[in-house]
Amino acid sequence: MPLTHLDRLEAESIDILREAVAEAERPVMLYSIGKDSAVLLHLAKKAFFPSRLPFPLLHVDTTWKFRAMYALRAQVAAEDGIELIVHVNPEARRLGINPFEHGSSLHTDLWKTQGLKQALDEHRFDLAFGGARRDEEKSRAKERVFSFRSAQHRWDPRNQRPELWRLYNARHRPGEEIRVFPLSNWTELEVWQYIEREAITVVPLYFAAERPVVEREGQLIMVDDERFPLREGETPTLRRVRFRTLGCYPLTGAIESTADSVAAIIQEMRTAPTSERSGRIIDHDGSASMERKKAEGYF
Amino acid sequence: MALATHPSAPPAPAGEAIDLLRFITCGSVDDGKSTLIGRLLHDTHALPDDQLATLVADSRRFGTQGDAPDYALLVDGLSAERQQGITIDVAYRYFATPRRRFIVADTPGHEQYTRNMVTGASTAELAVILVDARKGLLTQTRRHSFLVSLLGIRQVVLAVNKMDLVGWSRAVFEAIERDYRVFAARLGIDAVAAIPLSALHGDNLLGPSTHTPWYVGPSLLQQLERAPTLAPDGGPLRMPVQWVNRPDAAFRGFSGRILGGRVRPGDAVRVLPSGRQSQVARIVTFDGDLDQAQAGQSVTLTLTDEIDISRGDVICAAADPAALADQFETSLVWMSDEPMLPGRPYLVKLGATTLGAAFGQPKYAIDVNTLEHLAARTFELNQTGVVNLTLDHAVPFDAYADNRDMGSFIVIDRYSNQTVGAGLLHFALRRSQNIHWQALEVDKHARIRQNGHKPCVLWLTGLSGSGKSTLANAVERQLHALGARTYLLDGDNVRHGLSKDLGFTDADRVENIRRIGEVARLMVDAGLIVLTAFISPFHAERRLARSMVEDGEFIEIFVDAPLEVVEARDPKGLYAKARRGELANFTGIDSPYEAPAAPEIHIRTAQTPIEDAATRIVEFLIARGVLKPPL
Repeated sequence: MPLTHLDRLEAESIDILREAVAEAERPVMLYSIGKDSAVLLHLAKKAFFPSRLPFPLLHVDTTWKFRAMYALRAQVAAEDGIELIVHVNPEARRLGINPFEHGSSLHTDLWKTQGLKQALDEHRFDLAFGGARRDEEKSRAKERVFSFRSAQHRWDPRNQRPELWRLYNARHRPGEEIRVFPLSNWTELEVWQYIEREAITVVPLYFAAERPVVEREGQLIMVDDERFPLREGETPTLRRVRFRTLGCYPLTGAIESTADSVAAIIQEMRTAPTSERSGRIIDHDGSASMERKKAEGYF
Repeated sequence: MALATHPSAPPAPAGEAIDLLRFITCGSVDDGKSTLIGRLLHDTHALPDDQLATLVADSRRFGTQGDAPDYALLVDGLSAERQQGITIDVAYRYFATPRRRFIVADTPGHEQYTRNMVTGASTAELAVILVDARKGLLTQTRRHSFLVSLLGIRQVVLAVNKMDLVGWSRAVFEAIERDYRVFAARLGIDAVAAIPLSALHGDNLLGPSTHTPWYVGPSLLQQLERAPTLAPDGGPLRMPVQWVNRPDAAFRGFSGRILGGRVRPGDAVRVLPSGRQSQVARIVTFDGDLDQAQAGQSVTLTLTDEIDISRGDVICAAADPAALADQFETSLVWMSDEPMLPGRPYLVKLGATTLGAAFGQPKYAIDVNTLEHLAARTFELNQTGVVNLTLDHAVPFDAYADNRDMGSFIVIDRYSNQTVGAGLLHFALRRSQNIHWQALEVDKHARIRQNGHKPCVLWLTGLSGSGKSTLANAVERQLHALGARTYLLDGDNVRHGLSKDLGFTDADRVENIRRIGEVARLMVDAGLIVLTAFISPFHAERRLARSMVEDGEFIEIFVDAPLEVVEARDPKGLYAKARRGELANFTGIDSPYEAPAAPEIHIRTAQTPIEDAATRIVEFLIARGVLKPPL
């Protein structure tokens, strides 16, 4: 029986997960609650079965995620064998950083980029798994599976190690860190096909439903809690929408859709192709903005 | 031309039972490679609408096609590249047709980035080699074809691009195809499909072109869809153990990816390097036990016997196990700015094992343009050739030609941890099976008892003129007075005998230190306290010397004096000569000195009288238990 391409992708990801754990001293898995994290976590359970996960999950929380995301996070954290660390940048909390008053750049930098660095330093993690895929964004296409970061967590695109065959070099000095992307070779479509095949639980926001939204700068933003400051004359309206990706709710645009099942999502992707990151406001901060964020230590 | 919206539903990509082909594209800077890939992605609907919108905007700003979309911009990802207009690193792209899913390694053609091409080729099953129809075969075409064949790719699509610029000339196309087939045959590339193309205009890319009625072969995409994929499940069972799976005392499984053959419960297996035999009990997965698994799958095996297996061991078919060796002939591709130095200690990772390694003198380098063999003493960045590899213990392996994953390795620099090279195992050297360390009856322990002290190496390192020889002499005098058996190896003395054939290039310095390390090792085995006084400027060689003796037997002493001080002292007039340019490769002047990061003893000779420094070293030896304190 020849392996299907999903079988091959799964086997490669498991291979990467095991290799990284075998070579790391203190591994951790970045857990963002989204669909890629859900797939990554599922693959990790497979990779180490029947053992428990040999690493904790780390959620770098911004306090601005959708409520439905916090609900799934609580459900995952309650699972047997899962250790979840939640890190909230105390500095950002003290300053009350939010996307409405401080803009998406500062919000993302303080909560996410700085928060992640704090958490990695505090727990002295030397290897962190992430769910990034190469097909997501142009600057990711050249990302290594094992991506080397300096002691300052910086990514230098000109100083990455060549990766040949399936021989990953995870060696690093104390203080330096390796980020590992087991989903590198997956595409968004395959992530959904795998979620369908494996019946993986994802946040319900991916599925179309009537939700209260306002339209701002061409994006449909969901009014998820009372912190949302409505502008004058702005009234949330109920529209049938879903999300392609999930981040901070004020920074994540919804799309109008009727796709209310995984099968319908897959069908929708085949007929109406827009890229999943088009709803991410942080990607539109300027030309090559993702490349710059990565160099600074963003995941 | 307006950018295509999608007039009809795109072909359903990526159904469940489709397969996967990994290929590499190679071409020179101006062959239109980025355009070709961008166009393939665009025409197979791999690009979402908003990325197309970005393309329109970017084309006006950075593009080279006027107001028309510049497909190359779709794949030239990093801003550094856009500014320079070249592709500087290997990038991976994804697209699918209803029949097959593709991963493309997009590699730069620019000369200095050969290492990226080798990287892309290492996982590819097929290569698309681009040629500009106006220029025909170039030096780079030959280089790319050679590297593709070196990495074991046997299928090539020769994409003769820019046919529109030669008036769709059949004669031009056929001449290029003919030339190429002659060249490819020499390389052992037996499957060549030549296709006349215009990537810019899309001719013969997805379907047939009206411009080439004389060409009846497949389009590029059709050729990619019909090319055979590798069948990795041939051959005997190979599964390197990545991770020992022990959830509790009752379960002991061995997790890894099957890299060859297939396995069923009940199969007899042999575990290397131990050679212990057992049977497969279960094939354990999250989704339940399997009754069979094949190459490419990641599984966990349990065995019927309790045998000791650790990471890096290889579970093999008992009837056809891998070979075991510690010396090999290899093909090596060097990927670092710092040249490969024979004798220098490196790390090699192969399978799930990382171990100490050193290369011998290159047998030859290969001129990748002419395929000629050239004499070489080192390999520089992007050089390739044949060289013997010695590992610090024997490992299971297969020849690269038989199993890519069991016969490939990467080379890691011990200090920077960079991946500095990649290699392919050809075969084991005969001598590796025949030399065994002679076990002697009067051994080191017997000599320690007779001498009344332990042996060790006092390795003094520092700039020329820092006082190494003076200090070593003072230490030896004190040790002698205490009744210890000593010997002093001094730089100048060794240079007159043991190493008189060596000069002062980096390669010769490495070899010099290797010889001294070997001599010191023998003397330690003889029970002596060995003092060495050599500049020994590189971390790597000092680490090599350290690795030759047992833990605790190597004591590194940094004889530290600032360059200004030693240059002012200049006892032999060497600094003055070096400054005048009469002495090349002089440490501290035009050759680097890598100061020890954590020496056992650090002596600042500018501040410490020699006898005090010597006393400090002797006291250290007493504290270490090498010597008994004087009565």
